[in-house]
Amino acid sequence: MNKIAVIDYGMGNLHSVAKAVEYVGENVTVSVTSDARTILQADHVIFPGVGAIRDCMGEIRRLGIDEIVAEVVRNKPLLAVCVGMQALMDSSEENNGVECLGMVSGRVRYFGNAQGSETGVLTDADGKRLKVPHMGWNMVTQTDKHPLWAGIEDNSRFYFVHSYYIELGAQEKASGVTEYGVPFTAALNKGNIFAVQFHPEKSQHSGLQLLRNFLAWDGSV
Amino acid sequence: MALAKRIIPCLDCDKGRVVKGVKFLDIRDAGDPVEISKRYSDAGADEITFLDITASSEGRETTVHTVEAIASQVFIPLTVGGGIRTLDDIRTMLNAGADKVSINTAAVFNPEFVREAAERFGSQCIVVAMDAKKVSVAGEPDRWEIFTHGGRKATGIDAVEWAKRMVNYGAGEILLTSMDRDGTKSGFDLALNKAVSESVSVPIIASGGVGNLQDLVDGVLLGQADAVLAASIFHFGEYSIPQAKRYMADKGITMRL
Repeated sequence: MNKIAVIDYGMGNLHSVAKAVEYVGENVTVSVTSDARTILQADHVIFPGVGAIRDCMGEIRRLGIDEIVAEVVRNKPLLAVCVGMQALMDSSEENNGVECLGMVSGRVRYFGNAQGSETGVLTDADGKRLKVPHMGWNMVTQTDKHPLWAGIEDNSRFYFVHSYYIELGAQEKASGVTEYGVPFTAALNKGNIFAVQFHPEKSQHSGLQLLRNFLAWDGSV
Repeated sequence: MALAKRIIPCLDCDKGRVVKGVKFLDIRDAGDPVEISKRYSDAGADEITFLDITASSEGRETTVHTVEAIASQVFIPLTVGGGIRTLDDIRTMLNAGADKVSINTAAVFNPEFVREAAERFGSQCIVVAMDAKKVSVAGEPDRWEIFTHGGRKATGIDAVEWAKRMVNYGAGEILLTSMDRDGTKSGFDLALNKAVSESVSVPIIASGGVGNLQDLVDGVLLGQADAVLAASIFHFGEYSIPQAKRYMADKGITMRL
């Protein structure tokens, strides 16, 4: 039995990710929970997140999720998704600046400021305006041979919806990059952590394959 | 190497059954939204929009079960609209597995609802649906107004100003339907779409009037839509989703193929 815990800290829809894991998993039990014991007893842990980072971080700290996540990554695989990924970083520009968990070095930046303009406008290489949020299917270029990419073609499209993106610290390792006005870190790995900005649970075949790979991953690279 | 434009088939459902008819030759039950959603997802639809037109509250419970069933089998984004009036309605649909909800009439009657919804659940899941109709006459600059009740009631609200206000309140996306074109198969109202798309930062889904594949292309290239929504051309098997995507890609539009 493969025990999966989806960390629930009250921020948005966790059912999609739980359902996707149930769909791809063989012999899995999925708990959507904030209970430390359940999470620490799981074999694989998913750290999702949607919504505003200040609210997310507030709930993460209030429920002690920060300590649980720190404990999880010592000995078991953790998949962080979207705002869950952003929460791992040092800080975010969102909500006038929010301090995050600092488990991965780097910061979370607003697309509107990405090109240094004061106007909050993002443009592509031809100068055409890009919409924010970055919403829809975009290509992820794999920058390593991480086990979570097994069976997924390079430059496959995944579903994104976010207005903030990760600028990774120089010492950290990106696993995938995507271009939206600027190149940004779409996936990263660090020890037992694999984190993605896109939503694997909404990315059809490629996303389901990534989840399948996560369930089979023992945390080593 | 760019973000793909999206094709979104729309299912109108009453008491958990797809209405307006779906005619796939080899489908077991042409009224089953779960089977149809799965079919569209397998065919490469980029998202699914489920529009609940059920009037009764018993029917609504059926809708929740339907959304749950779709969400446990279809792993692309799912938007649920129709009768979303309270934060509880939104919570119910998100818990059932919807990724986004679309708010229409309730936004017109109480714009603050959109702000509350975006603050509580995040802009990423709040789509504001607006039904617009041209009210300017020949010789005047184009002007569109928001209508409710299926295009029967004018509100006096300017469509472009409304879109800006809704985005300001936290709408993450605009589903823009031309009531002049809806059901006509004469193509999107491109001027309307362009006017709204240029005036807001968030993605615009063009809706209303698709009759052929060139209409989809025009919606993106001329109407500056980020996504195109269509019902009948796919439901009746006139065109398939892969065919539509291929056609759009051949015209130079970035698609997920």
